[in-house]
Order: sequence, then C-alpha cells, then structure tokens
Amino acid sequence: MTRGVRPRDSAGYTAFRVVNAALLLAMCALVLYPFVNIVAQAFSSEGYINSGQVNLVPRGFNLTTFHVVLSDDMFWVNYKNTVVYTVVGTVIAMALTTTYAYALSKKHLKGRTFFIGVAVLTMFFNGGLIPNYVLINTLGFKDTIWAIVLPNAISVFNLLVMKSFFENFPDELEEAAAIDGMSTYGIFFRIVIPLSKAVLATMVLFYAVAFWNSWFSAYLYMTDPHNYPVTVYLRNLMAGVTSGTTVTGGNLDNATQIASNVQSVTMLLTVLPIVCLYPFIQRYFVSGVMLGAVKQ
Amino acid sequence: MASDTAGATSVVEPPVPSARPSTRSTPRLDRPVRRTWRQALARDWRLYSFLVLPLIFFAVFRYLPILGNVVAFRRFRPGSSIFGDEWVGLYYVRMFIQDPAFWSAFWNTVILGGLTLVVVFPLPIVLALMLNELRSRRFKRTVQTISYLPHFMSIVIVAGMVFQLTAAKGTVNQVITSLGGNAIAFFQDPDWFRPIYLTSEVWQTVGWGTILYLAALTTIDEQLYEAARIDGANRWRQTWHITLPGIRPTMIVLLILNIGSFMAVGFEKVLLLQNPVIYSTADVISTYLYRVGIVSNSVSYATAIGLFEALIGLTLILSANAISKRTVGASLW
Repeated sequence: MTRGVRPRDSAGYTAFRVVNAALLLAMCALVLYPFVNIVAQAFSSEGYINSGQVNLVPRGFNLTTFHVVLSDDMFWVNYKNTVVYTVVGTVIAMALTTTYAYALSKKHLKGRTFFIGVAVLTMFFNGGLIPNYVLINTLGFKDTIWAIVLPNAISVFNLLVMKSFFENFPDELEEAAAIDGMSTYGIFFRIVIPLSKAVLATMVLFYAVAFWNSWFSAYLYMTDPHNYPVTVYLRNLMAGVTSGTTVTGGNLDNATQIASNVQSVTMLLTVLPIVCLYPFIQRYFVSGVMLGAVKQ
Repeated sequence: MASDTAGATSVVEPPVPSARPSTRSTPRLDRPVRRTWRQALARDWRLYSFLVLPLIFFAVFRYLPILGNVVAFRRFRPGSSIFGDEWVGLYYVRMFIQDPAFWSAFWNTVILGGLTLVVVFPLPIVLALMLNELRSRRFKRTVQTISYLPHFMSIVIVAGMVFQLTAAKGTVNQVITSLGGNAIAFFQDPDWFRPIYLTSEVWQTVGWGTILYLAALTTIDEQLYEAARIDGANRWRQTWHITLPGIRPTMIVLLILNIGSFMAVGFEKVLLLQNPVIYSTADVISTYLYRVGIVSNSVSYATAIGLFEALIGLTLILSANAISKRTVGASLW
C-alpha cells in the first residue's frame, strides 16, 4: 500500500503506529471497564444505581452492602467452601499430576507410549455431561467434596507441561543420587521435587485458579446450599434463586436493583484473591502455556 | 531388597558426552533394546507405583464415562448400572431426530459456533500483529497484562458483568439513551443473544489467544526482515510475506482445534446467560441435553444427543486435520 522504502519510518507507517497505539489503549480501556464498573457499583448507594448514574466512579459512597453481604452467614460458609475445595483439589491434583508426569518423563519406562496415549486420548474424547453425571451419582459423590475435586484431578495439558519439564531435568543429578544408593522415591522426593519449585508453583497456580473459578460441578452435584462454593452463591444471586441476603428487610422499593448492588459486592469479593495475585502469577501462566505449546 | 538395589544400580548410565539436552532424547546404545514386562516391573516398580493412582483416575473418571455412552442405546433406570438395563437399539436416536426442539438447538449451535469461529478466531492474530508493531517493551507488556486479565475470571463473574452492563439502567443502555435511542431489554429479546455472547467471548478470550501467536512471532528470523528491507519491502509487505507465513503453522493448528470444539460452544457461559424467553436463539445442544438429561432426568435420551454432538465434533476435527495435512502440510498429529 504505502511506498515508503526508506530505512526509517515512512509517514504512512508513523501514522499507522499512532493509530495502532491508540487502538490498543482503547482496547485496554474496554477490557478494564467492566471491572471498574463493578467496583463503582459495589461502593455506591442504591439510589444512584437505581437511576443508572454509576459508571466509572462510586456515587453516594457507602459500605452498607459490604456489611450486608459480609454479615450473611451463607456467604461465609460458601466462601470457606471455595477455599477448602481449592486447597484439597489442588493438593490431590498436584500429587497425581506430578507423579504421573515424572514416571512418563523416564524414557526407558516400558509402556511409556501407552501411558502417554491413555492421557492424551482424553483430550479428544470425553464421556460427555450425562455419563459423567450418572457416574458421580453412582459413586455416591453427590453432596461431597469428591464430586468436585476428584473428576478434575488431572489436567492433561498441565501433565504434558510437567512431563516436558522433567524430561529436561539434568540427568546427572539423579544419576549421582542413584550411585549414592537412593531409590526412585528418594530421588523424586528429595532431589527432583525440591529442584522443580518453579514449575510446581506454576502448576499449583493453574490448578488453584481453575478450582477457585469452577462452579458447574458444584452446581450439578451439590444439593445442600451449605456445600456451595461462592461461585454458585453468586450464580444463584444472579438468577434470583436466593435474594442473596436479608436486603429486602428494609424499606427498599426496587429489590432487583439492590440485588445488583449485592451482586457487585459479591463479585468483587470473589475475584479479589485472583486480582490481588494476578500481577504476580500472570507471567508464570504465560511461560507455562508457552512451554506446553512448544513441547507438545 | 537385593534385587531392588540391583535394579537401582542398573539405572546408572555412563555420563553422556555432551551436556546438551537434545542428545538425551536419542536412545542410548548401551542399553538392552527390549525388556520383558517382568524385567521392567522388577527394575522400575517404584516408577510404576507412581502410575497407579493416575491410571485409576483415568479409568474411572475419563474412560468409564466414555463407555457409559452405551446408555444411548439402552434403557436407563435411576439407581441401576451406569451402563443401563436393556438394549433398545436406535430408539433414542430416532427420538431426537424427530424432536423439533433438538433441531432448533442444533441450528443454534451451528450458527453460534460458526460465528465464534469467524469472529473470535481471527482477532487474536490481529491483536498479536498489532502488539508486534509496538516498540516500547513496557507498553507492550502492559497491554498484554491487561488483555490477559479476563481469562482468569470465573465464567460466573463474566456472566455477572454481562448482566450488569446490559441491565435496564446499565452502561450500555445509558449510552444508547444518551444517543437518543430507546433502552433495550437485552435478555428478553432473542435477537440480542448472539451479539452479547460473541462480545463477551471476544472480551474474555482475545488477549489470552495472542500468547501462542506472540511466541510464534519471536521465532521468526530477523534476517528475513532485513533481507526484505534491502529488497525494498515496506512494513505491509514484510507483514504479508514474512510475518504471516511465519505464524501460519500456529494459525492452522489453532484453527483445527477451534473447528474441533465448534459444536461445544461455551456450554457454561450459554447456560448462565440463557433464559426461557430467549431459547429460540440461546438454546444450544449442550444446554438442551442438560435440561433433558439432568433437569428432566431422561438420561438415555440426553446421552444419545450428547453422543451425536461428540461424533460431529470428532468428525470435524478429523476432517479438518486431514484436509490441512493434504493442503498445507500442517496437522495436529
């Protein structure tokens, strides 16, 4: 299109660079806007939200809704459930993924290709919603934590990332340990694990964020509200299944708009841990994904 | 115990001459080529013990449900075996072929999946190219960090944001009314479901989608650009003749994967966003079978639908892969 052939930028290319930067800034603004909007609504008073005046900045600053949400026992029960599911799920997932990946990384292991195939095949075939649902019910996992943490214990993607990490692990260390008479268990727990902290931390983050954010298995298998994670609490709030809290106790004329205030606060509290950790965890995720992509 | 130590010592190999990792992947000649299972187990039983729990996991939570699809052809009674009770042949298949609600969901799936492919798939490529033109590394990193953020949000949060922005007095309606339009009840009008779904999908996935393209971009040889500059190619020509061909394998692999998941349009998101008023556009196969199988408890019928959906997905990915292998030489396997 443009015919600028000079080694420095042509006028057309300079113009393009300005437009490009402006478009990217606009994109950032659009990405961030919904977050800003939640925060603004969470701290605003009902009157302003009702009349649609809250966009970027809180209007009628108050913390009433925070008090309302935080004084709801069910919110705390569900928030605690999310923490428990995340911790237990991540521990189980890490144990299974790490051991499987480590064994698969040993090239001399007989049947290695088969064991890799067993895992990789499940990336392309899966049983589907209904057979899984029937299975979990048959196993009697309904209304237990196992319905959430066990079916998602291994992510094949994470498994492959770890496998390729262990494959690049310096052999010499393990060989030296073997000469010293250490068994495979000793090598794994006392040499490999301590030296793999970076990749283990990345995997912990992958799993923890996934468990923290998940809602559907709980929605499917939990019948007692005391077992819900906070995501299901929030979903029910949005669907109007529960009025959320005792908000309707006051003399409020528009319950649905108030609900949106409660929703904002709940959303804010739900994403809070992730947003706080985000600046620190983001680059781990990116490098993990790249590793997985390159090595597959 | 004695045999264990023997096994452990036989693990020890002479050090590889070169320390480069790539040499390790070549088979070592000093090792016996074949080992019987008995020998392998005796030698590596500790490694095999690591495999036990994960294999149980795969058998129970991945392969049993695949076998469980057999209930599509068998009658299922609650509380009985997950494989159903007696054969009924294609009874449930015929049932959904004659079910208008299924076909409505089927076409919605095709349309929504097709739109997602056409709209959402190219955008990360465009964004990656735009990011690639930035010279300030800090600016580039900031834009990336911000654009990845939605990827880390729970789908419930995303749905909540969508509801909030499209509410009667939400930001979108404020913009519309301030421009002189009438406020729109977005979630009572079937025509709005697809635009809303696509917009939220773009918002959530576009930044994260750039990662692999950006990784691919860094592998392009700088010398190619230099040569092109000497030949008088401007930035557009360089992009067209060097950058795009450079990321083509990545594009193709991701395209095949996208085609494979074409029928599985964001089930969780659709489920969260839909309501009975807008089923005419917002009901997809997976949400329909959710209602049939779990809400109404017609397990066999829903399984038949799910199996059909999975077979379409599998056919799509296999044919996309085969076509791509023939025509451009890139494939998943």
